[in-house]
Amino acid sequence: MRLELRGITKRYGALVANDGIDLVVEPGQIHALLGENGAGKTTLMNVLYGLTQPDEGAILTDGEPVTLRSPKDAIAVGFGMVHQHFMLVPVFTVAENVTLGSERTRGLGLLDQRAMRREVLDLSERYGLRVDPDALIEELPVGVQQRVEIIKALVRDAQVLILDEPTSVLTPGETEELFTIMRQLKAGGRSIIFISHKLKEVQAIADVVTVIRRGQVVGQLPPTASDSELAALMVGRQVVLQVSKTPAKPAEPVLDVRDLRVEDERGHAAVGGVTFEVRAGEILGIAGVQGNGQTELCEALMGLRPVTAGSVHLGGRDITSEKPRQRIRDGIGYVPEDRQADGLVAAFSVADNMILDVYDRPPYARGIALNLGAAKENAQARVEQFDVRTTSVETPAGTLSGGNQQKVILAREFGRDLRVLLASQPTRGLDVGSIEFVHKRIISERDKGVAVIIISAELDEIYALADRIAVMYEGQITGFRPPSVPVEELGLLMAGADPSGSGAAARAEPGPAVTEPADEPVEPGLGEEIL
Amino acid sequence: MSDESPPVSPEDQQPIPPEDPAALDVTAPAAPAAEARAISGGRRPRLGRLVIESIVEGNTVVVTTLAIVAAIVAGGLLIAFTSPAVLSAWGKLFSDPGNAFAQAWDAAAGAYVAMFEGSIFNPHTVGAIFQQKSLGTAFSDGTVAQVFNPLSETAVNATPLILAGLSVALAFRAGLFNIGAQSQFIGGAIVCTWLGFGVSLPPFIHVVVCVVGAFVGGAVLGWLVGWLKAATGAHEVIVTIMLNYVMADFLSWILGTSSMQRPGRSDLVSPLIANDAHLPLLLGSQLRVNASFLVALACAVGVWWLLNRSTIGFEFKSVGANASAARSAGMSVSRTWILVMLIAGGLAGLASTAVVQGTDFTLTFQSYGTFGIDAITVALLGRARPGGVVLAALLFGALHAGGIAMQASTSTPLTITTVIQSLVVLFVATPPLVRAMFRLHRATARGGAQSLAKGWNG
Repeated sequence: MRLELRGITKRYGALVANDGIDLVVEPGQIHALLGENGAGKTTLMNVLYGLTQPDEGAILTDGEPVTLRSPKDAIAVGFGMVHQHFMLVPVFTVAENVTLGSERTRGLGLLDQRAMRREVLDLSERYGLRVDPDALIEELPVGVQQRVEIIKALVRDAQVLILDEPTSVLTPGETEELFTIMRQLKAGGRSIIFISHKLKEVQAIADVVTVIRRGQVVGQLPPTASDSELAALMVGRQVVLQVSKTPAKPAEPVLDVRDLRVEDERGHAAVGGVTFEVRAGEILGIAGVQGNGQTELCEALMGLRPVTAGSVHLGGRDITSEKPRQRIRDGIGYVPEDRQADGLVAAFSVADNMILDVYDRPPYARGIALNLGAAKENAQARVEQFDVRTTSVETPAGTLSGGNQQKVILAREFGRDLRVLLASQPTRGLDVGSIEFVHKRIISERDKGVAVIIISAELDEIYALADRIAVMYEGQITGFRPPSVPVEELGLLMAGADPSGSGAAARAEPGPAVTEPADEPVEPGLGEEIL
Repeated sequence: MSDESPPVSPEDQQPIPPEDPAALDVTAPAAPAAEARAISGGRRPRLGRLVIESIVEGNTVVVTTLAIVAAIVAGGLLIAFTSPAVLSAWGKLFSDPGNAFAQAWDAAAGAYVAMFEGSIFNPHTVGAIFQQKSLGTAFSDGTVAQVFNPLSETAVNATPLILAGLSVALAFRAGLFNIGAQSQFIGGAIVCTWLGFGVSLPPFIHVVVCVVGAFVGGAVLGWLVGWLKAATGAHEVIVTIMLNYVMADFLSWILGTSSMQRPGRSDLVSPLIANDAHLPLLLGSQLRVNASFLVALACAVGVWWLLNRSTIGFEFKSVGANASAARSAGMSVSRTWILVMLIAGGLAGLASTAVVQGTDFTLTFQSYGTFGIDAITVALLGRARPGGVVLAALLFGALHAGGIAMQASTSTPLTITTVIQSLVVLFVATPPLVRAMFRLHRATARGGAQSLAKGWNG
């Protein structure tokens, strides 16, 4: 099916989310839609999926104009959408989810489970979408859940498949598999609109790249276009791909973690004896495949999760049993992994979110009375300082884009006098401009003498920021390396292998000695991978 | 992360054509953000959270008002078509259709007029003033007071509902369902009554001691719920429901013991409390409205201040809206649960003073009436906001006061007021139904919601 958008315009009050967008998707084409957070990609897709009606413009399929009043219309026309947040019933099986809304029945209204399963298996086979039709959704990894969403769209005979930032929830391996599936769908004559803000992925999979900025199409490029070309179009200026940073000047040790052991919810050892120290003015990057105890380590360091053994010292003082509030008072800043679940109260205003952990201190509180004026002034100053794009400080934080939500959290945490900064996946899901901004801020905190711990699943981020890299594998730190370490070696450490055979030794001496090579330029090839 | 979040969710932008049956098709994938979150694997908010969100943020002033109108209309139909006279007239619909409609109208209108006269203003009482010899006589023999009697009765009936409603609403805002206003009411009532007849104190001090005692009695039960939740994870809904039974039976038992039973009585009734412990009347001896009404209004202001202007309320709302983020920001969720239940329990306990010290001056095994359940409806209707709770309680108080007058002057039973109350809540709980009935565009309703969202933080 040939899909054409003509002059799509959508306004939300004063905000023009889409401004006269023209787009043509040919049959069997993977068309990437590239843009920063808030550029208008999702609005455009909502228009395509009938979730919202454009104020102007037309949608044509094979030259015929169509009107989409609801997703039902969109499905009927042959559009399928895979949302960023999956629309699946966790307690239903794959087959049940796929057929939900178009169930097969036999006589007497009985569900035809066999036909449902067969259909899933058919599609799985045809497009290499390996899934077990009888598995419960809640027991499946995210990547497989996404496949179920794709199958759902295919069952409804989608000719144009819209994938909204499909890789943001996937591991690199799962991303590769998704690309394979996408290529097979393309070979089957279906078109795919691939929304992303990750340049590498777009270059890897797309046939055509359309770049959107501030609601307008600013350019259409072949996927062979260079990183900097695409990035420049996306953000409208030349992006410094590598954050410039001076060599670290590590001072005295601030945070000293010894033989820390932490259990997860099921009582399994998640962190099994981790020892490291972080000095003032250095960034320790903790690399590792997700789920190797980083989350639990982070929560234990914040006092959010009980420690079963070991100790944590802050500036020589034992804080192992301190409550989160006390640790915040001690000067530990915390940027949680999941900003919507742990970082923000979505229903609260930006101003309230910016005092979420200092609301009970002067100037925001006198006794138990809140000083809303002070909170507002603080918020206005910080919104400006951190360039948070919000209509006002009274706007609920939940309505901001991801990058701006993260800026609210950073503005809050950096607003206090920090001794330690604990940032987990600080740039997950953010666009290039926001990543650069966040990285710069973190480095400037380091230069102020804060001891920084960055936990990240993105190696690029670790390379860009860390003065010293620790790798976690199955709850252990398998080694400390300088940032000049080749990526292959880190990869081996992350996979549990010990390339040097001296893992124990490296763990025992987390001294500043290994931080020295920090001033060496990071390998250029890796620098580019920031995107 | 979402690419962008326009200030309004997409579906609110589409005016629903009134004829379109799909307008109510909630299964269409045009699900609002909350629903999307609910079903997107990984972390789903609990059902409770969604219910609270929809109560606190979902309804608009317009929808609430229309729900009340709809309930009153439905109640009118019910009044008409349960009256034997009307039914027999409708039996002869084809021979005398005019009479059938007239009878129905008369029954419904008559009942509502009686209700209005019993709860707000009765013109006949004004007429009575002019039949007195002089204005002085009118004051002294209570004819003037009679004019204000309906309003006084409305206030008297609303008072315990305001306090118990605040109790439920406050807990709502911290993400807890306090179904136990009844048990907390009983706890407060027992302490209050015992202090009322058991000790003798100077006049003003005795009143205050009893009121404080009622707060403490309720607070202890509330604290117990909060503590059980914090310490053991026991769900507050189950604990409060069970405590309702425990306290109701405890009340029956203690009223039968020598410590609480009125001497010389074999039924379950406490001694009368001392005159010194009576709450002062506000408008003279003829009218029952008393100081507890002012206490209730003061509590509403206090709860508003607590929620919108204090660090404690900030914690309550944070925990209620996102406990996980509250914890990460250093707040103690357990402490918040305990504290909010303690205050909520105290407020429900205070509600008992309106009955024990305000109107009845004694405690019986059924003094708690239906305040516990009505408090939930009041909190729902008031959208868990102190001002809303006061208005909702006044409405229900008026319905009750008017209902008694209606039962006395027409043959309509008092239970019709319960039906109207239930219908109001039913309609409030189903905004799409109300919107569909009144052909309301969602965009219109949204306007109210936005101004409401602003009001969230005062």
